[in-house]
Parts: sequence; C-alpha cells; structure tokens
Amino acid sequence: MANAPVPEILFPQRPAPGIPVLDVRDLTVEYAADGPGVRAVDGVNLSVHKGEFVGVVGESGCGKSTMLFAIAQLLSPPASITGGSVLFNGRNLVTMTARQLNVLRWRDYSVVMQSAMNALNPVTSIAAQFRDALQAHGNFSRSQIAQRSAEVLTLVGIDPVHLASYPHQLSGGMRQRAMIAMALLFTPELVIMDEPTSALDVVAQRSLMIQIRELQQQLGFAVVFVTHDMSLVSHFSDQLLVMYAGQVVEIGPTRTVFDSPAHPYSRGLLDAFPSIRGKRVRLTGIPGSPPDLGRPPQGCRFHARCPVAMDECASQEPALYPVGAVGSRCLLHRPAQVKA
Amino acid sequence: MTPLLQTRKLTKHFKVGGNFSRRTLHAVDDVDITIDANEIVALVGESGSGKSTIARLLARVYKPTSGEILYQGKSLQSMRSRRQSQTYRGDVPMVFQDPFSSLNPAYPVAHGIMRGLALHRPDLDRGQRRREAVRVVETVGLKPAAQILDRYPYELSGGQRQRIGFAQALAYRPTLILADEPVSMLDVSIRIGLLNVMADLREQEGVSFLYITHDIASARYVSDRLMVMYAGHIVESGPTEAVLAAPRHPYTQLLLSAVPDPRAPLAVGAGTDKGEPPRVINPEPGCRFRRRCPLAVEVCATVTPLSELGPAHSAACHVAAAQL
Repeated sequence: MANAPVPEILFPQRPAPGIPVLDVRDLTVEYAADGPGVRAVDGVNLSVHKGEFVGVVGESGCGKSTMLFAIAQLLSPPASITGGSVLFNGRNLVTMTARQLNVLRWRDYSVVMQSAMNALNPVTSIAAQFRDALQAHGNFSRSQIAQRSAEVLTLVGIDPVHLASYPHQLSGGMRQRAMIAMALLFTPELVIMDEPTSALDVVAQRSLMIQIRELQQQLGFAVVFVTHDMSLVSHFSDQLLVMYAGQVVEIGPTRTVFDSPAHPYSRGLLDAFPSIRGKRVRLTGIPGSPPDLGRPPQGCRFHARCPVAMDECASQEPALYPVGAVGSRCLLHRPAQVKA
Repeated sequence: MTPLLQTRKLTKHFKVGGNFSRRTLHAVDDVDITIDANEIVALVGESGSGKSTIARLLARVYKPTSGEILYQGKSLQSMRSRRQSQTYRGDVPMVFQDPFSSLNPAYPVAHGIMRGLALHRPDLDRGQRRREAVRVVETVGLKPAAQILDRYPYELSGGQRQRIGFAQALAYRPTLILADEPVSMLDVSIRIGLLNVMADLREQEGVSFLYITHDIASARYVSDRLMVMYAGHIVESGPTEAVLAAPRHPYTQLLLSAVPDPRAPLAVGAGTDKGEPPRVINPEPGCRFRRRCPLAVEVCATVTPLSELGPAHSAACHVAAAQL
C-alpha cells in the first residue's frame, strides 16, 4: 500500500489541441464601493482544453476565488463582471440569462466549493442532497437517482451504504469526496474547484489529489483548481496560472514554472516553502502583503515587495510578455530588454 | 539535569454519548514527552490524533485522566495554590491557531499585552509595562511598535495578528511556549516569517517551544526534535534530522511520502491510502495503525507496541523493533 507505485497516467499530459472547453477573455470583475470600485479581477485571459488540469495559485486577496465565481456566473452584488467574456464551448456565459444558464449548470460545468467540508447540508442525508441536485437539473426516476448516486459515490471510493449517512457521520476526507462525487453526478465537461483540500491533512490531501487526477483521466473532464498552496498542484496540473493583485503575473506549463519561475512573485511563492529534503536553509518568504485593490499601486503591482525591483517598476506598468513557453508580467522580460 | 517539562504516562479520555454511555474517547494514551530548556520540539500528526489535547493538558486547560506532568521536576498536581498555578501559566503560555478570533476585537492590541503583564509581572509599574509591551512587539518583528500597539486587531493582517499572539506570550517571560498550529491559518507566503520568529525567540530569549503542526516540512524547518503522533500515541520520536532521514514507523513513512515537494519528482507511495482516521472510541488492543499498515503482522492485532525508550530515536512498532 504505502509503497505501491503511482500509475503512469497521473503524470501531466499535453492537452489535446482544438477548441478550448473554457475560454476566458479579458475578464474583469469589480466590487462596487464608495468612490472607485475595487477591481478584484483585472483582464484575465485563460483557455482550458478538454481534460486539462489548470492550477490557479496566489496569496489570499489576489482575486482567485472571485475569478472562479465570475467564471461560474455565481457572483452576487456588489461584485459584477464589468468587462470581458467567458466562452464555454464557444458560448458566452456572461450574456446568458439565468434560464439559459440553468441548462448548463451542473450538467456541463459544476463547482466544488471552498471548505467543502462544511458545504454539505448537515440536516439531510447524502442521498437527499444528491437527489436534490439530480432533480433540479434533470428528470430521473427514483431508481435512476439511486443508481446514479451509488455510481458516483463508488467512483470516489466511498461505499454506497453511506448514501444514507449524514455529513457528520463521515470523516473530513469522505465529506470532501462526497462533494466531488456530487459535482460529477452529470459527468460535466468542466469542474471548478476552490481550495477543496485546504481543510485536510497531508495524507488525505494527497490521496484526494491523486483521485481527482484519476477520475479526470477516466471521465475526461477539465479542472480549474484554485489553491494558495503552490506545492500542492506541482505534480498534478498541466497549466499553472499565478495571480497577484487581480492580474495574471505568470502563466505557462506547470513544470516550466516550477523549474524556472520567470516572475519574481512566482519565485517568491516557491521559495516560501521549507523542504523536507536537502539542506536546512533559512528562508525569508515574501515580505509585506498584497496591495489594497481599491488603490492599486502605480507601475508594477508587485514592485513594493519585489527583491529585484528597478526604478522604472514604480512608474511603468508591465504587460504579460512571452518568455519561452510562459507569459510573465515583469519588466525584466520586456522584449526590448531581451534584445538589448 | 532535570528537563524543563516532562510527562509520564500522560493519558486523557473523554466520555462521549449520554450519561449512561460507556463509550470513552482515548484522545491521549500513555504519552511520555520531554522538553529541555532552549529546545524546539515539534509534535506532528493528522487532525484528531490528539496533538491539541496534549497542548491543553500541558496548559492545564484539561485535567489528565491519569499520568503526570512535571515542570522543572515538580508535579503539576502538587501545585495547588493560586499563586503557583498563576506562575506556571506565565511560564508556559499558549499561542492559538486562529489569530482572527484569539484577540479581543473591542480593544487595541496593547490591551491584551498590558493586562497579561499586570497579572503575571505585578512588580512593573504602568510606564514599565508599556515599555515592556513595546519591547516584546519589536522582538516579534513588528515596527513601529508604539503605533502597532494602539491599533485594533481588524487593522492588522493575519500574520501581524499572530505575531501579537507571540508577543503576548513573550511578555510573561516564559520558559516554554505552547504553539498550537500557529501558522496553519496563515498564507503560505507569510508562514515562514512566523517560523523565523520562533527560531529567533529561542536564539535570543532562550525560550523553548512545543510546536504543534500537521505540516512536517515546517516542523523540520524549526525543530530540534520531532515527535509523531497517531491516534493518541506517540509513534516515533527523535532528533528531527535523524527521524526524517530514516523514519522507522510506517506511519511516519506514509506522512513523509505525502508531503508535496515541488522540487522533487512525484514520490511513490500513499496512492491508495484513504487517510481515514483510526477508531479512538473504545479502541481495541493492538497497534492503532495496523489497519492502514503495509507491514502489519499478527502480533500487531493483540499487543500495543510500546515506544522503545532508546537514548534518542525511538519508534512504537513491532516490525521496526524486530529489525533493530
């Protein structure tokens, strides 16, 4: 058990080319406030292909969860999408009516919420909650509901007898698995996960990650996975998106970003982890905290905390420049400078 | 030399269910811990393994079911008077997990520190208390200290609040700080800063720490000695580097293999482990890890393995003991 080799399929694979399942273009979200609104997500571009695993990392308050909510069309006032589009299989979710969205929700894309442990209803059984979801989005007979509920629960490695259980009778790991099972009821094309493992300890966390990856290989859905723990997705995601202060600061193949992070912020996040192997060295983390998005700083948003900041970083705002296979929002990677 | 703090067969059981229930939850069973002066000891284990119960027993929040705690060679049970127990609480304060709910939101942060000082160091007058508050806040790396002291908790970030938690504990001139998951609620990028605060306090102020965590990598970063807990038992203990270099107990091995390490390729192991917690309500005899253990043999089902109290590195495992 402890020494069984991890199956080959778990290693990230190249995504199949073709039309992306999800294509986010220039997505901008603002929270209405007195005076200027708070721009929590600022011009994010992202495409997710069939069966791809995209990791989204960054500190708290960087707009990761807001972005997910915007993609899933779950924002509620004072937050609203003020620009850009979210194309799901070529159709723009932003301009859809609630009725049009209802057809897609849960059938074609589903969401696993943050602290999934507490997201289950404590006063009804697992079966009742699965039934609810199935009846809200489709027409099924009783026996079909029972059969499908048992199927998805088995899929995530929980004995179907637990359909009759209440959430408090399940362990944290099992509750999390049940949430994922619920998201898979209709075998959607896209599952959006917001820190689904953050309440678990490392052993349970790892087996859950492996399981998500296995299910993904088996069923072919794409995953957008948000976490503040960068090391968690290192072995599981195909594409990595690093967010800072509402913007994408680095995006590219996960392995490339981990092996040679281009943006100083990605490097800082990576260096903030003590390792269990190698020499014990003193680490520093990233000094300071993310800026107030109500008053984003001039120039590069990271310059105040950046160890390699230059004078012009305080005045000139960098764009997302290509650096090999990745994109990096840092003046160091400005094409002119690369040539010079 | 007498250790700073020592426990002997420390045990805590909780009754669960109604008044007539015979079910008991074995949170901590027969735990022997030694913490020396100027030492950082890490206690790691999964949630529900009894780590926090140990911290609360040491902080005298709970009374042990059996066993004893010795502080500087004296049994805590013998400390009956109010003054004695107050001295102990000042010497061994606790830092809590959640910096968002452990500070009083209605007062500036100076309030908590000054009140603690008035209680535990009555020899100081008002001006001296304020100076001491400024000193401890500076020691934990918050500047400008005088201004920080007058802020309310909501004006501070999570990392800053947790530093205030450490400053409060430090104000009592402690010998040992019980830190129960002090960084797990914080963002990864600022955790390191707080771990450095712990290392510096040991260096500069000579304070010992019991660092309770489920994150073995951060335990390695700060600790001298490591204790691994599973289902109420200490299953392995020893010098941190020795334990990590050659873990003897299969649970420690599982724990280590599950740590995500972006610098290393995906390690083998843990693939099929469900990570389910063991049964600690009316536990059966035998090793509590045996149902998840790849090495389990017959004797594991009947005899509870005891930690071989070797000179340094010990593990509570029949198979590991046989291999020695």
